[in-house]
Amino acid sequence: MRFIIRRAGFFLLTLFAALSLNFFLPRIMPGNPINNIISKLHNVTPAQEQAIEHALGINNTASIWQQYLTYLGNTAQGKLGLSVGLGGEPVSQAIRAALPYTLGLVGITTILAFIIGTAIGAIAAWRRGSRLDSALPPLFVFTTAIPFFWVGMMLILIFSSVLGVLPSYGAFPLGAVPSFSLSFIGQVAQYAILPALTLLITSIGGWVLTMRNTMVTTLTEDYVRMARAKGLPPSKIMVGYAARNAILPNLTGFAMSLGFVVSGAVLVEYVFNYPGLGNLLLSAVNNVDYPLMQGLFLIITVAVLVAILLSDIATAILDPRTRTAS
Amino acid sequence: MAIPVTTTGLPEATAGVSAPGRRSALNRVTKAIRTNRKATIGVVLMAIFIFVALFPGLLAHQDPNLVTTHVFTHPSAAHWLGTDNLGRDVYAQVIDGTRNVLVLALAVGLLTTVVAMLIGVAAAYLGGVWDSVLNFVTDVLLVIPLFPLLIIVAAYLPGAGNNVLILVLTFTGWSYTARQLRSQAQSLRNRDFLLAARVRGERSLYIIVVEILPTMTSLLLASFLNNALYAVLAGSGLQFIGIGNTNNVSWGTTLYWAQQNNALGTGLYAWVIVPGACIALLGAAFAFINYAFDEIGNPALRPLTAAKVRKAAEASTKRRLTSHGARAS
Repeated sequence: MRFIIRRAGFFLLTLFAALSLNFFLPRIMPGNPINNIISKLHNVTPAQEQAIEHALGINNTASIWQQYLTYLGNTAQGKLGLSVGLGGEPVSQAIRAALPYTLGLVGITTILAFIIGTAIGAIAAWRRGSRLDSALPPLFVFTTAIPFFWVGMMLILIFSSVLGVLPSYGAFPLGAVPSFSLSFIGQVAQYAILPALTLLITSIGGWVLTMRNTMVTTLTEDYVRMARAKGLPPSKIMVGYAARNAILPNLTGFAMSLGFVVSGAVLVEYVFNYPGLGNLLLSAVNNVDYPLMQGLFLIITVAVLVAILLSDIATAILDPRTRTAS
Repeated sequence: MAIPVTTTGLPEATAGVSAPGRRSALNRVTKAIRTNRKATIGVVLMAIFIFVALFPGLLAHQDPNLVTTHVFTHPSAAHWLGTDNLGRDVYAQVIDGTRNVLVLALAVGLLTTVVAMLIGVAAAYLGGVWDSVLNFVTDVLLVIPLFPLLIIVAAYLPGAGNNVLILVLTFTGWSYTARQLRSQAQSLRNRDFLLAARVRGERSLYIIVVEILPTMTSLLLASFLNNALYAVLAGSGLQFIGIGNTNNVSWGTTLYWAQQNNALGTGLYAWVIVPGACIALLGAAFAFINYAFDEIGNPALRPLTAAKVRKAAEASTKRRLTSHGARAS
């Protein structure tokens, strides 16, 4: 329990650091964000300029510390400001519309990649030296080095351009009205196949390699030899003894891989024009929409922190050593 | 507090290396490259890319920036990979873009490793408040989603060139290595040879550079390769979404123009396939070399030879037989 509280405390501090980064980055960077926006738009009246300043939370009369406190206070109340590029729509509203798509896509593919990758890694380690084991690691070393967006483009080339069997654009057919009907959910699933496959192909290698390399080590442990000596069935030794202990580093490596998948998701959403947070982030960058960028960075950070905290809790439950250590 | 990092046996690998003569170390490396198939593939690929980056003029005779009226052409004898929206030769761009990506990878790999080294070793060596502060900064950067941060930082620098990209990638990329180096340095802190150096009255800088760093060579090498791979992927990703200078000749930028002009929808497949495959192969070169060094350092990961498999199987059946025997008696 103390471990969890310590981790949660660290995450609160990290969140605070991310907020501060959000606030100070535009202020330490060369160039003036307001000028950047104004040069992008045309014929800005002084009143509009003031509105933009207000949207950015830049109030030139207040001291920078006062601005900082106001910003922290607003964010704590969930006021993320108004979007500059989307016609003044509140940032929180734009985020709420995009969040389910990213959560669904990244969440499901991450869980799938974890399960499939860990299973493949365990089998490869168990059949150490077999043809399977000598073929798999090089293959997955290669897949971890392929750029996400290019995998997406290749899948589009094969399944949309050449074969024409799967859609490559958006999250549902143009004109379809989002609803909780069975047919709409089916369409969403069909449109998600290629983006999900892209994320799966590029992120599965990490799980396979970590699992395989850790399990190769646990297989030489005395408790595995003991289990063999007791005459336990091989499947039980593989799953209950070797894999069970090798899976822990995989779980703690979750933090690293999640950042990896999120960055991949940004690019994949762009390639497939998928209406999630990543695509929204890129359109915010194109529109020099700083409030939307800041809000999105915050939401993505919070989502990643929550996911890491959950994996920490899972590790603490599964591995007594983490509870006593530190 | 510490995020456990899944090392694949690197600390063990470094512990035993204590420079028994430069030449034998070099011999071992060349032998390892020749015998380990992954290392061979990685080194050969890398050599090809370095050659192309050094002598692009030998392979492509066209100016990659030459704008012509032959726009959106399919591959032909004149333009092996076709032309883009401005009539520029895609093949010339791919050849010429090699240097940009390679410089990016090597510079970011080197800079992140140096920054991580300074911060990680300093944290471990100085201890106390310094350690806590540096450690906190490292941990924060480790859990913050880096790519969105990269996009935002780069977005504040419109039209930034390659050097800015290198700096931004370095700023966001050093934390993982710093964490590894810190724990490695910490495990050394109370070793006899460091205590002896301190008793001799050596300065901190001397101890760090001469006594601590040489024990970390393989970790530093792994970090260089890892971060170079990160730079290839993240840098190309940024160029692909049009961040930075879109007039730079680089694989990511070529793909950016392909995507902007719907190359996949119009059947100009070579424009998309080749630059992306180059990114994947350069990334694979770094990844293969890294994985091979991992295997060399940690014998447990090495692929078993057929003879060894048979021997191990015999040993385990023998063990099984004796254990059954033991139970029977």
